[in-house]
Amino acid sequence: MSSNAVRIIKLIARKLGQLVVVLFCVTVFTFLLVRLLPGEPEDLLVPVSTDTADPEQRAIIEDRKEQIRADLDLDDPLPQQYIEWISGFVTGDLGNEYTVSSTVPVSDAVGDALPPSLQLILYSQIIALLVAIPVGVIAAYRQGGILDKIANAGAFGALSLPNFAIGLLLAYWIGVRSALPFGPQGYTPFSDDPTEHFQQMMLPAFSLALGQIAVYMRLLRSDMIQTLQEDFILMAKSKGISNARVLWRHALRPSSLTLITVAGLSVGTLIGGTVVIEVIFGIPGMGELIASSIIGREFVTLQSCVAIVAIGFVVINALLDVLYTILDPRIRNA
Amino acid sequence: MPDAPTAPSSEPAVLMLEDDSLSDEAPSNEAGSGIGVGGWIAAGWLIFVVAVALLAPFLPVDSPTARGAGPRLPLFTEGHVLGTDSSQRDVLSRLVFGARSSLTVGAGAVAVGFVVGGTLGLIAGFRRGRIDTFLSSLFDILLAFPALVLALSLAVFLKPPSASATAGAEEIDTSGGLTSIQILVLALGIVAIPLLARITRSTTLSWAQREFVLAARAQGARSGRLMVREVLPNVLPAMFSIALLSIAIAIIAEGALSLLGVGVEAPNPSWGNMITENRNVRSSPLNALFSPIVALFVTVMALNYLGDALRKKFDVRDSAL
Repeated sequence: MSSNAVRIIKLIARKLGQLVVVLFCVTVFTFLLVRLLPGEPEDLLVPVSTDTADPEQRAIIEDRKEQIRADLDLDDPLPQQYIEWISGFVTGDLGNEYTVSSTVPVSDAVGDALPPSLQLILYSQIIALLVAIPVGVIAAYRQGGILDKIANAGAFGALSLPNFAIGLLLAYWIGVRSALPFGPQGYTPFSDDPTEHFQQMMLPAFSLALGQIAVYMRLLRSDMIQTLQEDFILMAKSKGISNARVLWRHALRPSSLTLITVAGLSVGTLIGGTVVIEVIFGIPGMGELIASSIIGREFVTLQSCVAIVAIGFVVINALLDVLYTILDPRIRNA
Repeated sequence: MPDAPTAPSSEPAVLMLEDDSLSDEAPSNEAGSGIGVGGWIAAGWLIFVVAVALLAPFLPVDSPTARGAGPRLPLFTEGHVLGTDSSQRDVLSRLVFGARSSLTVGAGAVAVGFVVGGTLGLIAGFRRGRIDTFLSSLFDILLAFPALVLALSLAVFLKPPSASATAGAEEIDTSGGLTSIQILVLALGIVAIPLLARITRSTTLSWAQREFVLAARAQGARSGRLMVREVLPNVLPAMFSIALLSIAIAIIAEGALSLLGVGVEAPNPSWGNMITENRNVRSSPLNALFSPIVALFVTVMALNYLGDALRKKFDVRDSAL
């Protein structure tokens, strides 16, 4: 066992420790979201007044609130409530959404909402990398050239345009005005109709991808410019290897480390982005669920969704952090 | 430690702040002390927008909430240059008053973030040691939340129960409630705290070790005085550029939160809720949808451009760990 391996294990242990602390804070925060809102939780969940004229109806509502109080163990001390909630949460029991007459498990809604969101993130990452890599490489190779200038100006503009504005512009210019078959609102599962699935997902995915393209392109370009000044590139060129081969085979790989990390970390940013894009394109994902639960004051759903998104974000970031440290010896040995 | 990328820095803000390695060829054309022609154009636009927002009630525009009679007016109608929206309200007037809300939210949130985050960052960077370790881990935990989701939760949390929901249901006191703009300022301000604190901290770190600080200390100055009189004046100009970039992000965030249902409350306009109200591209009047998008885009671009130019000038780095 080399000292390096020991160091990596120690590092992972430390990161795991941090992860646990952060996860604890994140879940406590989301747990308190409903409990600390002004007013009693059962009144928030069933926002119906008890002072109706009809005594029968009043009895029903009071019964219902009583039942919710018992269901959520609201009379227990807060730490105990937290433990109850979190132990349900990790086993997939996300609680129930209460209305006056119904009790719907939140996990059903979340289970339906997760796939569209994850697909959206995946597609936008693929588009972003497919566009950013060639543009970044060529911009670095012809540094100061026309394509480089256009790409830089475009990247600056793209970073100033919020993704929801991109989404609305695309929905109008491509979805409404053009004859292209993209843009129908809504969501069709891939297994139902792949063609329609991609027609619907293309614009939202591209809206999310545009900002990422700008970030990735600029990163790859600056790393690539540095790599191209290295001796081994000169060496490769002097051996008579074609420019294209030097560029794509010799220079791209050592230049792409930062890109890979940032692409990974961006998944977290994209989680936030999907929330807004889904609302615009009417995709029934996590974002839509969050937005509709805010409007409908469905606090239990909101709480679970926020917790899931935040946990996903934290875990992905921690994983990438460790992965990056293992991949890049400079940091590992620091 | 080499300039290792800081760990959980996936927010766009940080990305923009970190990739200054790409300015490798920039110093040559920014070598002077100025901010360039583009910088002045950007500054001019921002001054214009701020002036319009401040003077909104005195400008010769209609009330942003007054509903006109008759049909909806298209672009370039006399008296309504940008036309009217689907409720026959003047779009130009809503844009002008919307600038008021959007800029208040942007500047207010960054002010909250800076007063709290900047102070904490200054203390952490100057004191070092255990206070620094404690504050830095606190910032890291806050940064672990996806920014938009954190802002959203805070906005929901701070929002007083709406009238319909509380009608009668127990006596919930809404009189002390915050307005939607105050809520957004607080929510986005809290989200900005750890980010701004971290940047202030790293800038402070590099200034606190300079000779003039040591000289002042040798003359008997106390820590508080050193922080406020020696370090702070040097940290502030650099922080100004970060403030501009942050205001841009906060203005965008207001738009995003609007779309999620917790933006500036109607009927008062903000650029975000104007976009939200007209977001149905098939049926909404396009002048009412595109006007706020263009205003938002140009303003954010101006803030980004000026912020970037100033950042290069003052050479702010987030990676000085």
